[in-house]
Amino acid sequence: MASHSESIIREPLITGENITYAQITNDVLRPVENMPGKAWWIGFTVASLGACLWVFAISYTFWNGLGAWGLNKTVGWAWDITGFVWWVGIGHAGTLISAILLLFRQNWRNSINRSAEAMTIFAVICAATYILAHMGRPWMALFSLPIPNQYGSLWVNFNSPLIWDVFAISTYFSVSLVFWYTGLLPDLATIRDRATGIRQKIYSVLSFGWTGSVKTWQRFETVCLILAGISTPLVLSVHTIVSMDFATSLEPGWHTTIFPPYFVAGAIFSGFAMVQTLLLVTRKVLGLENYITMFHIEAMNKIILLTGSIVGVAYLTEFFIAYYSAGEYEQYTFLNRFIGPYWWAGCMMYGCNVLMTQLMWFKKIRTNIPISWVLSIVVNIGMWFERFVIIVVSLHRDFVPSSWAMFYPTWVDVSVFIGSIGLFFTMFLLFIRVLPSIAMAEVKLILKSSSEQAKKKLIAHGGLDSEQVDFYKDALTSFDSVNIKDYKKA
Amino acid sequence: MSTTKYILGLFADPDELMHGIDTLQKNSVPIYDVYTPMPIHGIERKLGIKDSRLGYAAFMFGCLGGTTIFSMAYFMLVQDWPMNIGGKPAFAVPDFVPITFEWTVLFTAFGMVLTFFYATHLFPGRTPRVMDLRATDDRFVIAIDAKGNIPHEDITNLLKEAGAVEVKHNDRKYVSYE
Repeated sequence: MASHSESIIREPLITGENITYAQITNDVLRPVENMPGKAWWIGFTVASLGACLWVFAISYTFWNGLGAWGLNKTVGWAWDITGFVWWVGIGHAGTLISAILLLFRQNWRNSINRSAEAMTIFAVICAATYILAHMGRPWMALFSLPIPNQYGSLWVNFNSPLIWDVFAISTYFSVSLVFWYTGLLPDLATIRDRATGIRQKIYSVLSFGWTGSVKTWQRFETVCLILAGISTPLVLSVHTIVSMDFATSLEPGWHTTIFPPYFVAGAIFSGFAMVQTLLLVTRKVLGLENYITMFHIEAMNKIILLTGSIVGVAYLTEFFIAYYSAGEYEQYTFLNRFIGPYWWAGCMMYGCNVLMTQLMWFKKIRTNIPISWVLSIVVNIGMWFERFVIIVVSLHRDFVPSSWAMFYPTWVDVSVFIGSIGLFFTMFLLFIRVLPSIAMAEVKLILKSSSEQAKKKLIAHGGLDSEQVDFYKDALTSFDSVNIKDYKKA
Repeated sequence: MSTTKYILGLFADPDELMHGIDTLQKNSVPIYDVYTPMPIHGIERKLGIKDSRLGYAAFMFGCLGGTTIFSMAYFMLVQDWPMNIGGKPAFAVPDFVPITFEWTVLFTAFGMVLTFFYATHLFPGRTPRVMDLRATDDRFVIAIDAKGNIPHEDITNLLKEAGAVEVKHNDRKYVSYE
C-alpha cells in the first residue's frame, strides 16, 4: 500500500525536500526533454570515435580474415572470447537487479533497474559481436541455427555446449529486451503526454498507446512478476552455459566442475562493478543524487564485496583441487599462472579481484564515491584478466612442450576491444538522452513510504524509539544528498 | 441537456484516490475506469476486476516452447540423422536439457508479453486513448461515465469532498486525439 510507513531504521531511498510525483517526473525527464550539456557531448564524441574504431577494425577483420588477429595454432581463442565472456558477465548485473531483486522485494532496485537493464542489453550486444566476429566468416553464423539446409539437412549438434550457448545468449538477449521494453511503456507514455509536435508522435508510437488504466496496470504487474521469475533461472543458466564452453573440455585449467557457480558469481561481480562505474557518473552529470543515493551505492558495494569474496573462494578451491587431483598437467597449469611468462596477468587477476575488493569491508571506503568508482574500474580490469588467464594462459602451454607458444595481440585485436567499449558507451549515452534513465513509475511507488521527507514526518510526529532515530540520523551522515544540519537541531 | 460525456476526478494522492473510490461506491455511482501514473494495489479488488489469467497463458507457452525444441532435437539427432559419437546413444537426454530450458523461457516470455499486448490492445502506433494528460505524470484520475449518472453536480461534490484537487467535465471522451 502506498500509505504504508516503514521502520525508521531503514535508510531513505529518495532524499531531498518537497519531492512530489511531478518533481520526480521533472527530474528524471530533464535530460530527455532538454538539449544535453557539455559533459554529454564530450562523452558522446569520445565514445562514438571508439565506435568508429570498432567498425573499422571489424571491417578489416572481415575483409582480411582472422589472420588479422594474433591467434596461432596453440592459442586459438584469445581476446575474442575473453571479450565475449567479459561483456556477457557485465550484462548479468542488470538482470540480477531487475529480476532477482524484484523477487526479493528489494525496493532500492527501483531507481537503478532501468539503466542497469539498458546496460545489460548493450553489453550483450557487444558480446554477440565478438561471437560473430570470431567466426571469421560471419555469414556462417547461420549454421549455428537448427534450420533446414542443402547438406542433408545437416543439423546442429545439440550435444555441444557451443550450441547451448547460441540458445542461451539469444534467449537471454531477447528476453532481457522484452523485459526492459515492457517496463519502459508507462514511462514512454509519460514523455508522450508532456511532449508536443514530432516528439509526441514518436513517443506515441513507442509507447504502444499506454493509458495506465487499472486493468493495464494489473496485467503489467503480473507480466513483470512472471518475467522476473523466469529471468532469474535464465540469467543463472546463461553464465553456467558459458562456463560449460570451457568446463566440458579436457583442457587443464578449463576442465573444472566448479566453473558454473564460479562464473555466475564472477559475472554478477563484474556486472555490479560496471553499474557502479556508470551510475556514479550518471547521477552526478544528470543531477539524480536524490534518487540514486548513498544507500544504493553502498548496497551495490556490498554485493561487489560478497560476489568478489565468492570468486576468491572459487580461486582457492581451484588451486586446492589442482593440488589434490595429483594430475601433473592440472598442477602445472595453475603454477604457470604465477611462475610462467604470463605471471603479471595472474597477478592482475588475483590482485584486482580478490585483494582490492576486500577493502569494501570498511564502511568508509564503501561510502566514498571517488574510491568506489576507482575500485569498480579495478574490478572490471581484474575480471578481464580473469578471462584472459583462464583462456590464453591455460592454452598457451599445452600437453606437448614443442607446441608451446605465446599470444601477442595485433592492433586489430586491441582496436576491436577498445572499439567495443566505445560502442557500449555510445549506446548508453544515446539511451540516457532519449529514454528515462530511471523507472519513474516504480520510483513514484516508494515515494510515500521510503523517502527522506516521509521519514522526517515520522520523526516530527514523534512516538518513535529515540535510539532508533539516532541510528537513522547516524546513517544519514554518509549521504552526500542530505543536508545533515536539518537533523542536528531536532 | 448537458454536453458532458465524462466526469473526471483528479487526485494528487493515491490514498485520497482510494477514499474517492469508496465515497463514490457508497453513493452507488458506477466508476468507468481509474488512470494512475503507477500501479496502486487494491484498486482492482475495489472495482471488482478479476485476477489476471496471464499466468496460465505463460505456463502454456512455456510447455509449448519446451516441447517444441525437445521434439526438434529428437527429430534432428535421433530420427533424421543419428550420428555415431564414440558409440554413445543418439538420444542423449541430459544434453537436451539446456536447450529445452532456454526455449521454455523464450516462449514463456514472448508468448505472455504478446498476449498481454493483445489483450490490452497495446501495439506500436496505437492512438493513446488518454482521458487526462496528467494521468501518466502526477494525477490519479477517476473517470465516471456522465450518461445516466445525474445530477453531475452531486458527483462533483462527492469527488471534491473525497479530496479531489480538480474535477473536470469533459465533452470528449479522449483528449489525446488532436
